[in-house]
Amino acid sequence: MDISSLKVGQRARVVHLHASQPAEQRLMALGLMPGVIVRLARVAPLGDPIAIEFRGQCVSMRKREAGVVEVEPLG
Amino acid sequence: MAKAPSRAPLVALIGNPNAGKSTLFNALTGLRQRIGNYPGVTVERKSGWMTLPDGERVEVLDLPGLYSLAASSPDERIVIDTLCGRIGAERIPDAVVCVVDCTNLLRNLFLASQVAELGIPMMLVLNQADVARKRGVEIDTGRFSERLGGIPVVPASAWHGEGIASLKGALAGVLEKRTPMRRILWNEGVAEALRILREGLMREKDGGAAAVPDAMLQRMIFDATPDPGGGWLDGPAQAHTGRRRLVLAARERIRHAGLNPFAAEAVLHYERMGAVIEGIVVERAKEGGHTFSQRLDEVLLSRILGTAILLVAMAGMFASVFWLAEIPKGWLETLFAGIGAGIEPWMEEMPALRSLVIEGVIGGVGAFMSFLPQILILFFFITLLENTGYMARAAFLMDRLFSWCGLNGKCFVPMLSGYACAVPSVLATRTIEDPRARVITIFLIPFMSCSARLPVYTLMTTAFVVPQAGAFKGAMVMVGMYLVGLVVAIPVAWVLTRVVLRIRVRSFVLELPRYQIPRARDVLWRMWQAGAEFVKRAGTIIFAITVIVWALLYFPHTTETAVTTRKVFIEELSGSTGKTPGQIEAALAEESATARQDGATEAGPLTKALEHRVSAAHIEDSYLGRFGKAVQPVFAPAGFDWKITVGVLASFPAREVIVSTLGITYSLGAEAGADSDALHAAMAKSTWKSGPRAGAPIFTIPVVMGIMVFFALCSQCGATLAVIAKEAGWRWAAASFVCMTTLAWLAAVACYQAGRLLGCA
Repeated sequence: MDISSLKVGQRARVVHLHASQPAEQRLMALGLMPGVIVRLARVAPLGDPIAIEFRGQCVSMRKREAGVVEVEPLG
Repeated sequence: MAKAPSRAPLVALIGNPNAGKSTLFNALTGLRQRIGNYPGVTVERKSGWMTLPDGERVEVLDLPGLYSLAASSPDERIVIDTLCGRIGAERIPDAVVCVVDCTNLLRNLFLASQVAELGIPMMLVLNQADVARKRGVEIDTGRFSERLGGIPVVPASAWHGEGIASLKGALAGVLEKRTPMRRILWNEGVAEALRILREGLMREKDGGAAAVPDAMLQRMIFDATPDPGGGWLDGPAQAHTGRRRLVLAARERIRHAGLNPFAAEAVLHYERMGAVIEGIVVERAKEGGHTFSQRLDEVLLSRILGTAILLVAMAGMFASVFWLAEIPKGWLETLFAGIGAGIEPWMEEMPALRSLVIEGVIGGVGAFMSFLPQILILFFFITLLENTGYMARAAFLMDRLFSWCGLNGKCFVPMLSGYACAVPSVLATRTIEDPRARVITIFLIPFMSCSARLPVYTLMTTAFVVPQAGAFKGAMVMVGMYLVGLVVAIPVAWVLTRVVLRIRVRSFVLELPRYQIPRARDVLWRMWQAGAEFVKRAGTIIFAITVIVWALLYFPHTTETAVTTRKVFIEELSGSTGKTPGQIEAALAEESATARQDGATEAGPLTKALEHRVSAAHIEDSYLGRFGKAVQPVFAPAGFDWKITVGVLASFPAREVIVSTLGITYSLGAEAGADSDALHAAMAKSTWKSGPRAGAPIFTIPVVMGIMVFFALCSQCGATLAVIAKEAGWRWAAASFVCMTTLAWLAAVACYQAGRLLGCA
């Protein structure tokens, strides 16, 4: 599943990230890469974008971009 | 100030966005700064001067904030090009100061590790050390420095001015010893890939062979751009295919080693820096508890309350730019009027010079100075929003409204302030990082109904709509006018994105940084810079436009026109009052004699009426008046007569001028305001003098609606075009002018023709 399908507040581990586009490389530069624990912090009032917490920071991304990040939910 | 020798060392500041780089830059240079542009791109070049403890003067270059050297935006491209010495006259920095936010150490160190690949002497500044300390983070800087090859690692807090002195001391050492940061030890796959590319390029003598730095080879291999290796090196086009083949071979080598070439760089640098800080960063665990920013976000980003707070904050900002700016604007107007009145008596004998100085020169200076209050106020709010970290939250909340047309949430604030004034709003688009979203926003801002359109709506609505259709419909028309621009801007945005720029979906990844209290100095400095930049860069253009249009409206200004008008005026008056022309002449003479005796500033009623008639005749005979009459047929399908046409033409430098121009052409003088009953009456009484509609009133509801719609959509603001040209280039300014003016004409014609078909003409 991808990050945007997590429930708000749910934590997950990144298992795969396609890095074939500049947008995805931006996510990697921020430290979003396989093995990292992420948490879906919130969804914007209009349904998009979403805010993800990882490595002690909070990053907003659109669901489209989040779609390339495959995760496995924790707990 | 004495100019420092050009060989003074150049030091570049580099760091992530939100790492406190600007605050540090301000603290280091003490505001001895210079802002310019990099050649050919609209990226700001900020540099300044600082003095080291040994008295040496150093030039500091503040590079744009970025997370990675991967160049997917012009800002980022500038950084790597600067560091590789590939920008015209730009020198390669003698040292790099990498600003690291130690509350998010690893991510910031990724960039530092990339920069190390350039081999430039370097040091690290661990900024926001105070916040890290409070969070219980302790960093052993001695061992840190050791593991990075001995480069200085200095904790600092730019906000509090802490660590600035030790930073300067350490920098002197860096410039002397020239120690670069220890580079990453690439695994075999990447090392081989780099060798393949380097040797291949040397073999083909591409891009100056051995001179290509490793960092640039890495960009060619690692960056997922659609054109591998393209644009990085100079050289003939035929070299391009060969280069592309080499890059693909290098990537294949990395894949062979079991790594994704597009992910390898980030993964390996993060692994490396993770190992570097292992054991030297102690976090006295306070896990589990939420930080202050997280708790604040629970409120500020919540569905209902968060949205409500955003709307209130935006309303406050908007009201300040819209209304608060009027107060200092009034002072400026009084000041310029005072200056004009003060020097007027010296030029009594030279009416052309007097008009040039008062209406042209002082009016021209006033024209751009009057934007300053709005610019300062808007930049106060924008800097506050950005430096607190709330701007990113506003973008997060609003992004969905903009994402469909290639824009993003960052476009919200400039677009909203466009309803107050386009000039500061276009300048404010500098907060939008995505260059294409920025240019689209710049293009759309002038469609928002700014405060200068209000006098036109007021004049037309109170003079014609309210008397004929009632106050309620009048109010509806006013609201409608505010929506016209937005309604037209939406399809324009769609066409611009999909057809002209062919943007599909743009990505929008945005850090929601830790909330911070902004420093007053940073806010004031940014306001000052925005104002000074505007005056310096757009001032002359706005001034020139004002003077040119003044000349077109003033000349030829013959005495013959004045004499004939006087004769006609007296004849008409004698016809309507029964007095002989001689009596009227005598009355005029008496009025001027009394005025001279009393030293009165106000002329008598008869003199004033004559003066207004003469001004009307001069404007009719002016080059612009003649041009207006000549092009009136163009506006005939919209039902405009020559007076409206001249008003429209005279309003191209600034749309609010229509009111005073109509005042002059209707012989009421320039001082008749939008709420002048005399002006309303004169306009209502005016009829077509000839042609098929002779005798019919000019200002019918369809014409009035057409005029308002025309002003809502037309590009009638020299200042806006000047700032668009400065921010996005002359081509965009020209495109904006043509597009808006065409749309305005079409809409006005549609209004009039539809009205006629419905039978209200």
